[in-house]
Amino acid sequence: MLEAIAGLAPDVIARHGAALLVVIPLVLSGIAAFMPNGRLGWMLSIAGCAGSLLCAVVLLLQVQTLPGGVVSYELGGWDVPLGIEFRIDALNVLFLLLIAAVGLLAAIFSLPTVVAEVRQEKRALFYAAYLICFAGLLGVGATGDAFNLFVFLEISSISTYVLVALGGNRDRRAFPAALNYLMMGTIGATFFVIGVGFLYAVTGTLNMADIALRLRDIDGSNRAVHAGFAFIVVGLGLKSAMWPLHQWLPNAYAYAPSFVTMFLSATATKVAIYALIRFTFSVFTPDMSFEAMNFGFLFAPLAMIAMIACSFQAVFQTDVRRMLAYSSVAQVGYMLLGVSIGTAAGLSAGMFHLVNHALMKGALFMAVAGVVLTYQGTRINDFAGLGRAAPLTMTAFAVAGISLIGIPLTAGFQSKLALLEAMLDRGWGFAVAVIVISSILAVFYVGRVLQAVFFLPPSNPRKARQEAPALILIPLWILTIATLWIGIQANWVIDLTDAAATAALNPGGIR
Amino acid sequence: MLEFILERANYWAIIGLMMVGLYITFQSTNMIKRLVGLSIFQTSVFLFYITLGKVAGGSAPILYGADAKGHGGHDGHGETEAHGTEAAGAAVDHATDGPSSDEVTQAAEEGAHGAAEAASAYGGGLQEVYSNPLPHVLILTAIVVGVATLSVGLALVVRIREAYGTIEADEVRAMDIVTADAQDADDIELAAEAS
Amino acid sequence: MSGEVLILIVLAIPLLTAAGIFLLDGVPDLRESVTIGGATALFLAVIALASTIEGGVGPERELLQAAPGFVFAFKLEPLGALFALVASGLWIVNSFYSIGYMRGNRERNQTRFYICFAIALFGAMGVAMSGNLFTLFVFYEVLTLSTYPLVAHKGDAAAQRGARIYLLTLLGTSIGLFLVGVVWTSSLAGSLDFVPGGLLDGKISPSEGSILLLLFAFGIGKAALMPFHFWLPNAMVAPTPVSALLHAVAVVKAGVFTVLKIAIFIFGADLLTEIPATDWVLGVACFTIIVASLIAITKDNLKARLAYSTVAQLAYVTAGAMLATSAGFMGGALQIAAHAAGKITLFMCAGAIYVATGKTEISDMRGLGQRMPLIFVAFLIGSLSIIGVPPLAGAWPKFALMQGAGLSEGHGYVVWVLIVSSLLNVAYLLPIPILALMAPKGTPEPAPYKREGGAPALTVLPPVFTAGLCLVLFFAMGLVGDFLTPITTTPAT
Repeated sequence: MLEAIAGLAPDVIARHGAALLVVIPLVLSGIAAFMPNGRLGWMLSIAGCAGSLLCAVVLLLQVQTLPGGVVSYELGGWDVPLGIEFRIDALNVLFLLLIAAVGLLAAIFSLPTVVAEVRQEKRALFYAAYLICFAGLLGVGATGDAFNLFVFLEISSISTYVLVALGGNRDRRAFPAALNYLMMGTIGATFFVIGVGFLYAVTGTLNMADIALRLRDIDGSNRAVHAGFAFIVVGLGLKSAMWPLHQWLPNAYAYAPSFVTMFLSATATKVAIYALIRFTFSVFTPDMSFEAMNFGFLFAPLAMIAMIACSFQAVFQTDVRRMLAYSSVAQVGYMLLGVSIGTAAGLSAGMFHLVNHALMKGALFMAVAGVVLTYQGTRINDFAGLGRAAPLTMTAFAVAGISLIGIPLTAGFQSKLALLEAMLDRGWGFAVAVIVISSILAVFYVGRVLQAVFFLPPSNPRKARQEAPALILIPLWILTIATLWIGIQANWVIDLTDAAATAALNPGGIR
Repeated sequence: MLEFILERANYWAIIGLMMVGLYITFQSTNMIKRLVGLSIFQTSVFLFYITLGKVAGGSAPILYGADAKGHGGHDGHGETEAHGTEAAGAAVDHATDGPSSDEVTQAAEEGAHGAAEAASAYGGGLQEVYSNPLPHVLILTAIVVGVATLSVGLALVVRIREAYGTIEADEVRAMDIVTADAQDADDIELAAEAS
Repeated sequence: MSGEVLILIVLAIPLLTAAGIFLLDGVPDLRESVTIGGATALFLAVIALASTIEGGVGPERELLQAAPGFVFAFKLEPLGALFALVASGLWIVNSFYSIGYMRGNRERNQTRFYICFAIALFGAMGVAMSGNLFTLFVFYEVLTLSTYPLVAHKGDAAAQRGARIYLLTLLGTSIGLFLVGVVWTSSLAGSLDFVPGGLLDGKISPSEGSILLLLFAFGIGKAALMPFHFWLPNAMVAPTPVSALLHAVAVVKAGVFTVLKIAIFIFGADLLTEIPATDWVLGVACFTIIVASLIAITKDNLKARLAYSTVAQLAYVTAGAMLATSAGFMGGALQIAAHAAGKITLFMCAGAIYVATGKTEISDMRGLGQRMPLIFVAFLIGSLSIIGVPPLAGAWPKFALMQGAGLSEGHGYVVWVLIVSSLLNVAYLLPIPILALMAPKGTPEPAPYKREGGAPALTVLPPVFTAGLCLVLFFAMGLVGDFLTPITTTPAT
């Protein structure tokens, strides 16, 4: 099937796919900003996302077929390592594909909620900001240059702050949430730059593959490298909402426009985690990250605290979006736990969970967006009795919810299974216990909403039978079916994440 | 001791600015001041990069003299020059230190080394000593990013002021808590009705 | 038809039935016909499937690989066939009964009820035919989730609470312990297949084996071993057909079936005898038998008493599995069939009484036997079967278990536990039918029927039928035993 899609691509994508991936949405965003209405902006954003997805598919096939498994693209024809390189291997193509696919679904789904939540004259600009954000995220994934990564990170972040703040029309709390996010995000990005500065000082290069090569010749006890590592990890930890650096996330997710929440939850933290994986495994050697810097012993406890503490917080939320936001922080814990054991199996399981989480959280937030649209409420009380009023929307919500718990036949179960296996292979019995406890807490917080949805009488007299519009339902069900499909047959995703883990651990084709 | 401190004067400045910036960001309740703190913090990083780019004795990175003619002399000569150059922006010449135990200085040396290598990759060796231009370019980009962030931040403060009538973070938080409490009271009422 | 195809058919029938019920929402008569047709078809298919088993080896089929190392595979063996037969056969009876009960009580959401029921049977069939531990676990969870709406059916606060406890206990134990056991087994043995003689035999040290056994024994919450038994009495808020089929047959039997299956095919008799924890679990099972029986005596609510009786009776199976002898395995397996027939009778009687009179408390039932003689005679037969009086089905498993306990070294006390338990059974079960049929003098006349015409025929005939089944099973147990022998006998090592 992928070959068939790739066959559609014009020749130029085969040659310049790595750059077009980012360039298409970036150029379209400029055009979208001048569109007279939101509908045209919406079409442009779909076109941009579809173009990027096509590039990502082509790149995937290239990575899988090329010897060495690396697509290297020199921007502007400047030689690597002096010029900026876009470097795609099995690790980041996974993320590119995920972001582009989720981005496309998000774009399709966005129109009704944007019409409802964003003022008429802002809609075209809204889509411009969305496309910039999308391009930035893809850029983070595609680039092979450490400083360029920072630039793309900030491109996506700054547009995200704007997108979050647009929720202020509905609830003014979006403004302080966005400002807080801006402060934390900027501090995180700046920490990252400081870290890159240290690495540049030591190695004299900014190309990540090149840094990796030079770091291997450097004595492991170099304190500048250690300082750089620490700054980078903290900076990216902030961006990926690693506990306890997650404080910006719940409010930002809870008050942003529904569409933005959905898109961010499925992509933004994921990209930061990608960067974290790239640096701890490929740029720094795992030996250094895990032995000299004790990365595992720093991250595993934090991840486990996140899994327990934030699940607990999720249980006590009255607002569904806040609850899901806290759950996201907990789920980031799962991913980081997988990363922090430092084995290929753990890394693969962590990324597998990351992909699944993007799908199911995307579906959950999409369903919530549908409810916001039809019933104007996000509190659990507003959800009461919706199972009867909007069965299609709520069934998808329920499927994604039980996937979040990790019930068999859903994607969440598969990745928890993989995580448990990885933990047991490593002999981390306590981590097994934490995964289990956190899953049981998920039963509580998801169960609370599902119970209200399906078994409580409607609390809201306005509730007639009203489904979300088809533009929401179709992407929602695509995500839901993907969740079920992975739950039954996950080999194809596991193949991708295994390849990604191998690529991260053995960065092939280093010059 | 004094020498040790003075040699690294610009690093102390960077650290000082960084701490000042972060302190303002976290301590102040006025949102404008917090953004100011953030900018100071970022500025310290700009200085850090520029420090890295300075090669002692190097001139502005514009080819001149023998280099400008487009010939890069002999390779070996360029290499030696690069090795001999002192690292970074320490104002005091500390060639006598030899292989310094101080990591940061060493790091800076490596930076210069790297820059020289980069240069040799291009022209195959240069006659004159130049400062490393790359950090300046990077910082130009970073400044743009910083300006963008600051302007978005200020725009947000304007909107907060419109929505809340204040730019004090603690007052905004107090108002939010009132809103949240009202919603919770609503919830409890609804729950009571339902049962 | 070949066995491989039949496996798929058996899995497909309940799902198709559920789909049919969904489409026929609003046409109750057709909808119920689909349920009964589906149940009958399923039973016939299971019979056909079971008849393909020769010498303890049945058909097998790999469906697809869910993830590397985790395959959906089905493989029928006699124990699973027995469980599938019991569940699907009683589904027919129970469907007739459900119609009488649900209509008699004018329950709401009947379509949802029948759909969930069909899906629960799908889960039970999957559990019965699973070819490895992974498949078993997945279908075990399908069974949990599909029965949750059934327990919460009434929708009032009590039902919600009961259903919540039901779900949390079963999900909590299965995710918290069972799943960990599954993954651990996979990483120890490199596979999850059911191997005659035990997958883990020789691959695991006794101390690791102990932890693993405890994970399984308590992780399989459906087996209702104390202290994870409390979901069962709480689940009694469900409508009686649910209690009857699911909490006497499908769900709890899926639990003890899993325990037996793990004991026989994952650990194997040899390994079990080496593991210290086997004795502990056996002790817990005996404790459960006695204590649950004692609690049952104190309950005045009929369904609660039956629930605690179920807890005690299920522990027989666990005890049989932990005895790790051929007779013990056989006793456990026979208990699955015999207890199902007996307990479903009792539950259906309880439901019929409730539909007719609205009574749930035992003390209100004195003298009712004169009004509802058939029901209470059926109840009496069911009780006697559970007590283990020949010539009723319940006699054989007790006999086999006692034999197993007597033969197994150092487990003589289990014989005494079984005897005491039988006496307790007499104490908590027999007074109910006897006081109803032969009320002592001076008992006030029982209140008139709540529902005009008393219990509908469809709620009376099924328990009578299953009471007869208890009698028939007594004579058929020899056949069942022969059928099961190939797997309960430990293969020569």
